[in-house]
Amino acid sequence: MSNLRDIRRRIQSVKNTEQITKAMKMVAASRLRRAQEAILASRPYALKMLEVLSSLALRTNPEAHPLLVTREPKKADMVVVTSDRGLCGAFNSNILRKAEQFMAEHPDWEFSMHLVGRKAVEYFKRREVNTRKISLDILADVSLPHAMAIGNDVVESYLEEEFDQVFMVYNEFKSAIQQNVIVEQLLPIKPMEVTEDHFAVEYLYEPSEDMVLEELLPRHINIQVFRVLLESVASEHGARMTAMDAASKNAGEMIDQLTLLYNRSRQAAITKELVEVVSGAEAIK
Amino acid sequence: MAETAGTKLTLEVVTPEKVVISEEVDEVVLPGIEGEFGVLPGHIPFLTALKVGAMYYKKGEESEYLALSWGYVEVASDRVMVLAETAEKATEIDIKRAEDSREAAEKILTAGKEDTEYEKAQVRLEKSIIRVQIAGKK
Repeated sequence: MSNLRDIRRRIQSVKNTEQITKAMKMVAASRLRRAQEAILASRPYALKMLEVLSSLALRTNPEAHPLLVTREPKKADMVVVTSDRGLCGAFNSNILRKAEQFMAEHPDWEFSMHLVGRKAVEYFKRREVNTRKISLDILADVSLPHAMAIGNDVVESYLEEEFDQVFMVYNEFKSAIQQNVIVEQLLPIKPMEVTEDHFAVEYLYEPSEDMVLEELLPRHINIQVFRVLLESVASEHGARMTAMDAASKNAGEMIDQLTLLYNRSRQAAITKELVEVVSGAEAIK
Repeated sequence: MAETAGTKLTLEVVTPEKVVISEEVDEVVLPGIEGEFGVLPGHIPFLTALKVGAMYYKKGEESEYLALSWGYVEVASDRVMVLAETAEKATEIDIKRAEDSREAAEKILTAGKEDTEYEKAQVRLEKSIIRVQIAGKK
């Protein structure tokens, strides 16, 4: 029979763990809310940008800009967005598995990596991959300059033909309990889907359509990166919330079981002592 | 002012992080890439990139300034939609920070190495000068 004191100690330790997981869940929940608000706040800008871009795409020759031209794919860059911190369930392993899988599906491409988040760095450190760039400590507080740094770097290297394609691997935020791992092509920019009804208005462009397009495309990439980072952060908090919720539940169950065991052992000990006293008294008679 | 219907502009200033302004105004002046221009109600549809600079709008007797960094604007006859990377209201600018930023940028520029650092500093200088100029303006 296990020692009473041992059981008591375990109960205490599980209780401590439960407190921590509960606290982490609350923190994740409040961060999640903020992250969701950030996504909503970024939406009007992104939508408007898309609208202007597609109306421009109608008026200009889409082959005109190097970011729109598809080259023969030989080298590809992958931007892998993970988290800086763990304890968020399968969040990171899902992404990393997807990244590996994607590389395995395209054995004739030469891959380079742009890693975002400490978890990706730790994972790929021990593997044979060409890590081109690392971005750490940007996820706690995602802001546009961070996204621009990544976007500008990717666009520059792309234009210098360091690679012919850029993909982003990230968790798309569906809801607090559901995240989808997505591989998305960032460059070259896919042709816009053009729907006619937007373009009732004929605009006057200044300085010219091509110039505006040229200014807009790199910004478009930055906004895409920004959106991906925001989605990933929201997903991370969602995943952590779910994971911590499950952990708290498990801890609660464990405490219940241990308490039951503890009470049983205590009762058994008392019974045993009683029997001893009674049988002792019998013997003296 | 003798206003009739259809003589107002809906001004929206949007950055990737939030919607800064969404109001009915009378007049907007913007720093276009080819020079500053004003918009009054009834303007022809117009789309241009903006450079780092100050914009302001008038609403009745009141006017307000904003510091913009790169962006573009879509003008329709009753609507002005500004999409900027950053947009700060004059009243919200921290003048101390703007001046610090200007000094830091000037330091890099006087050190005078022509590399990306230099270009960045130039942009930063432009932005901070605009901020200092319009800070507190009403």
